[in-house]
Amino acid sequence: MLEIKGLCAGIEEKEILRGIDLVVPQGEVHAIMGPNGSGKSTLSYVLAGREGYEVTAGTATFEGHDLLDMEPEQRAAAGLFLAFQYPVELPGVGNANFLRTALNSIRRARGEPELDAVAFLKMARLEIKRLAMADDMLKRNVNVGFSGGEKKRNEVLQMAILRPKLAILDETDSGLDIDALKIVADGVNASRGPDFSALVITHYQRLLDYIVPDRVHVLSAGRIIRSGGPELAHELEAHGYAGVVNEAA
Amino acid sequence: MSAIQPNALQLATTGFLARFEGNSGLRTDPIRRRAAETLRHIGLPTQREEAWHFTSLRPLAGIAFQGVHTTHDHGHDLLARMSGISGPRLVFVNGRHDTAVSEMPDFTTVGEPTLNEPDDAVSMLNTMFADDGAHIEIPPGVDAESILLVSLGVADGEPVAFHPRHRIQLHPGARLTLIDVSLGRGTYLNNPVFDIEVAEGATLVHLRLQDDATDAFHLSSVRANIAARGTYDSFALTLGARLARMEVHANLAGEHGAAHLNAAQLLGGVQHADFTTVVAHDAPSCASRQTVKNVLTGKSRGVFQGRIEVARIAQKTDGYQMNQALLLSPDAEIDSKPQLQIYADDVKCSHGATVGELDLDQLFYLRSRGISEPDARAILVRAFLAEALDPITHDQTRALMENAIEAWWQGRHI
Repeated sequence: MLEIKGLCAGIEEKEILRGIDLVVPQGEVHAIMGPNGSGKSTLSYVLAGREGYEVTAGTATFEGHDLLDMEPEQRAAAGLFLAFQYPVELPGVGNANFLRTALNSIRRARGEPELDAVAFLKMARLEIKRLAMADDMLKRNVNVGFSGGEKKRNEVLQMAILRPKLAILDETDSGLDIDALKIVADGVNASRGPDFSALVITHYQRLLDYIVPDRVHVLSAGRIIRSGGPELAHELEAHGYAGVVNEAA
Repeated sequence: MSAIQPNALQLATTGFLARFEGNSGLRTDPIRRRAAETLRHIGLPTQREEAWHFTSLRPLAGIAFQGVHTTHDHGHDLLARMSGISGPRLVFVNGRHDTAVSEMPDFTTVGEPTLNEPDDAVSMLNTMFADDGAHIEIPPGVDAESILLVSLGVADGEPVAFHPRHRIQLHPGARLTLIDVSLGRGTYLNNPVFDIEVAEGATLVHLRLQDDATDAFHLSSVRANIAARGTYDSFALTLGARLARMEVHANLAGEHGAAHLNAAQLLGGVQHADFTTVVAHDAPSCASRQTVKNVLTGKSRGVFQGRIEVARIAQKTDGYQMNQALLLSPDAEIDSKPQLQIYADDVKCSHGATVGELDLDQLFYLRSRGISEPDARAILVRAFLAEALDPITHDQTRALMENAIEAWWQGRHI
């Protein structure tokens, strides 16, 4: 599904990723954990195609296609989804309209028929109910005046509607209370299956109690320094990053 | 000794005066005569005049505008865009009322206007030549719903100039929504003046779409007098003309009056559009609101000049002015000049201006959801304009405006 080899990238001449090797097979959920400044967000932005990051070496392929050669919208159409750490507010853009435009853009790119407003609303309301969200979510402007928790839930709603093959969740747990965390985790877990992979990026082990990963990778100073099963997250929680980082050094 | 070459503005002035002197019907009228004499003495305004610092009328020079002749092309096909607007309509073709496609509204007459002394250059030009226009007079307490006023400029050969003079009077408690649209093709000068009286407790909603031809000139002036508890609520969308200047002079003459002078200017190519307002708060407890949005592409230039004059008597004035510009090209330019002249001491007046490009974080967010870059840009521009369009409660006009914006956007890929 996702294969990253020797990926080096940075911003404004500052190298942040220093040779990432990572494979996320189809149907698996992997977690990337790491201290602040280790390159977690940079990795997610480089994979999603944000401008301003320069890839200096290495490759990233998605289902065999060169991900780094694609525009952000092409990556989305191919089935990649980034849940933002800081979802962006779009004043003047209604959430329902935004979601339908996104979904139909992706369907169009895939050669699938577009959904009309009625069919879309029916589907969106179903997802909202499933995710235990408020009905007015669709009527509001995208993320405008949303609490931190509502913004993250809106990311999960988008994910549920766009049905990506690979979701990258960039610190989706930050700023969430325990109830919101459960809702977000339930949303991700509901998508799990043989056709869904995820890369869960987090600072804390807490989220991984709810989204149990198949593999855990530790990112430090732009490299993955350790990989292991879900128990690695608990080890990190018990000993802190310092212990793991020193051990690997 | 070398001959003194007249500059471009003098040439343009001379052209208008020659046309005036050549028309015996016009030149004998004393008010027109005075306007012409004033023009002869001071000429068209130059950029040395403060009110015209950002806008030059030089492009008018060298164009031999003719008075209106009957055209073979009546431009009636242009009316198709108005099919979604129901109710009575007044259609003027090159400034002349066209009975064939008008549906006469109640309380309305058309014909030679009553002129008053002009006080700005745009109105002066109009006063010299105005020979037709609508006179709408809504009786006390009557809700006249909506009237569509369409100006078609049709210059199939020679450039033409027309100068309609419209008089809109709302008696106490009356209501009217005036939908004011100008369209056309060819090279022409559209120079309308609106004399507006809003009596006590009356409300005039003035929704304007300026989509004149790309080679056209648009010079318009609104003079609105608003009595106590009266409201003049206007929104002007500027899309057309190579050179446009819209002036709005609103005089809040009675307590608790309100003036909303909102506008949006969407420009491309080498278009220049100027929205200039003067709000005179001459009575206490009045409110004025101005939100002006500019979306500028190519080498276009947008101008907003907003003056708020608060007289000593006008305590408890509430004035607000905001000019926002989205520059979609490095060669586009916005000039913004707020002017607050406040002689009262208990007032609330604020103004602000923002200039920016599309937000890169917002663009990336949209694109990361699969939306193409052109679509993402269009969504953000529409969102930028939403605040200006949202107050339009007349659904048919709102749709007309949105369609016009959509067509503008489709025609200019950025």
